[in-house]
Amino acid sequence: MQKIEAVIQPSKLDAVKDALVEIGVEGMTITEARGHGRQKGHTEFYRGREYSVDLLPKVKLEVVVTDAMLDKAVLAITTAARTGTIGDGKIFISKIDEAIRIRNDERGETAL
Amino acid sequence: MRLPVAKVFLSLLFGLIVVGSVMGGSRMLAQTAAPAAGASQADRIAALEKQNADNAALIAAAQTAGDNGWMLVSAALVLMMSGPGLALFYGGLVRKKNILGTMMQTFAMMAVITVLWALVTYSLAFGEGNAFIGGLHNMFLNGVGLAPDPKYAATIPLQTFMVYQLMFAIITPALITGAFAERMKFSAMLVFMVLWALFVYSPMAHMVWGKGGLLNAALGGRFPTLDFAGGTVVHVTSGVSALVTALYLGKRLGYPKVPMPPHSVVLSFIGACLLWVGWFGFNAGSALSSGTLATSAFVATHFGAAAAAIGWSVAEWIRQGKPSALGAISGAVAGLVAITPAAGFVTPMSALWIGLIAGVFCYFMVVKVKAAFGYDDSLDAFGVHGAGGTMGAILTGIFANSVINPIFGAGKATGLLEGNAHQLLNQIVGVAIAWSLSIVGTLIILFIVDKLIGLRVSEDDEREGLDLSQHGEEGYDWAH
Repeated sequence: MQKIEAVIQPSKLDAVKDALVEIGVEGMTITEARGHGRQKGHTEFYRGREYSVDLLPKVKLEVVVTDAMLDKAVLAITTAARTGTIGDGKIFISKIDEAIRIRNDERGETAL
Repeated sequence: MRLPVAKVFLSLLFGLIVVGSVMGGSRMLAQTAAPAAGASQADRIAALEKQNADNAALIAAAQTAGDNGWMLVSAALVLMMSGPGLALFYGGLVRKKNILGTMMQTFAMMAVITVLWALVTYSLAFGEGNAFIGGLHNMFLNGVGLAPDPKYAATIPLQTFMVYQLMFAIITPALITGAFAERMKFSAMLVFMVLWALFVYSPMAHMVWGKGGLLNAALGGRFPTLDFAGGTVVHVTSGVSALVTALYLGKRLGYPKVPMPPHSVVLSFIGACLLWVGWFGFNAGSALSSGTLATSAFVATHFGAAAAAIGWSVAEWIRQGKPSALGAISGAVAGLVAITPAAGFVTPMSALWIGLIAGVFCYFMVVKVKAAFGYDDSLDAFGVHGAGGTMGAILTGIFANSVINPIFGAGKATGLLEGNAHQLLNQIVGVAIAWSLSIVGTLIILFIVDKLIGLRVSEDDEREGLDLSQHGEEGYDWAH
């Protein structure tokens, strides 16, 4: 099992969600997040005071998939979330040791 | 203390019921009184005379009904300026850990100043007294009944006048809270505000509006200062006291290095728009009647606010490249402040000028002057109210026009542009007294409260935020 953590533009969330559902991903967790990579922030003015905002609003999407599904899921995310401009976000992939369904103690891939 | 207050409230309520039923009865009589057929000429004349007198009484009652209706609505509008208006305006400008603390400071004024007003401050502000402060004979609202007091307002119950003026006494200290936002102890704030209402607001209101007051233009004061709705009484006193508290308390932890942007300009936007609408009660209500003067003040108020919103926005657009929502609403509030003493004395065109000047001037005060001196007037209570109020009071002496309000007699020149240069001097005297009283009074009160209980929250409490440290709750609970 693999966990995909994708930090994406908030405006791309619906497209990514639809793309994942279409290839058969059944669950996901979404968090409103703030962050930045190489993308620089912007400047805000409040009553003449300048504030540089370098942590921009993003959405973090976490989804755990079977090893077989991994490449398809990553392709779905990159295709749906890409605008080609700076700030499109990143994807991190890590191994998951165990998954447990709380309702009935199912374990492993069947719990996904 | 509690027993007499309860008695007074109960007897007032009882009085209201009695007067209401008597008035209802006289109306019935007037409708049924008509000369009987076949009576002698003398009887008919007597009946007609009686009908005439009844009609005069009915006309007076009708005028009272009209004026009193507007004044009660105005009083409610002015309360709406404090909560929710000012509470939202200020609440949005602080960081989110301080929103309830900030809103509670304004709300506490709605409760505490009200009780204090009933006990003593109404008497100190509007009771008979000397040139500087009223006496104590109206304590516990003694003698403040439903009959009008012709010296203040001939067509509305004195109690309407009393409760209307109370709403001003509430919002004035609430305005100061913007200067010490995010760092003052709630307990110290309460004690400070009670003392401030007693020793700064009451004398200033008495001098400008009270019987025998030194600056009272309507009742023949020594230096007649034109202040229609509180440019000196409300905005100069609160704004200058705000500057003094900001300097005395010192900066917030981390200011100006740590960024402290407003957490929700949306809340501030709603608050500012409520302030704008409420200000019609504040200024047009200060006509103390619903006649032509109220219309004139209403129009001037609206025009002043609009021009100032444009003034601030244009200044910001030129200097920063973008006109912000916060700038536009701040400008509108600055214009409302500046037009407060002038409304009811100036033409709509003069109101546009006053607003435009105020918008640019207050932008300059908030953006340039504050930065140059480095004081932490957190929400710009001085930059908007102190500066705007001072400027508005002086501009009133320039633009006041006897066509709008012949306060010194019909056809007698009122302001500088009309040929009464002396009025400008009177305005400056009024402003100077307001500044002096605010600086000295506020400094002494701050010193006393600081020694007694300490003004600032601890550093840990300040980092944690006023919501949790002062009130044990949070404005935003994202987990639920």
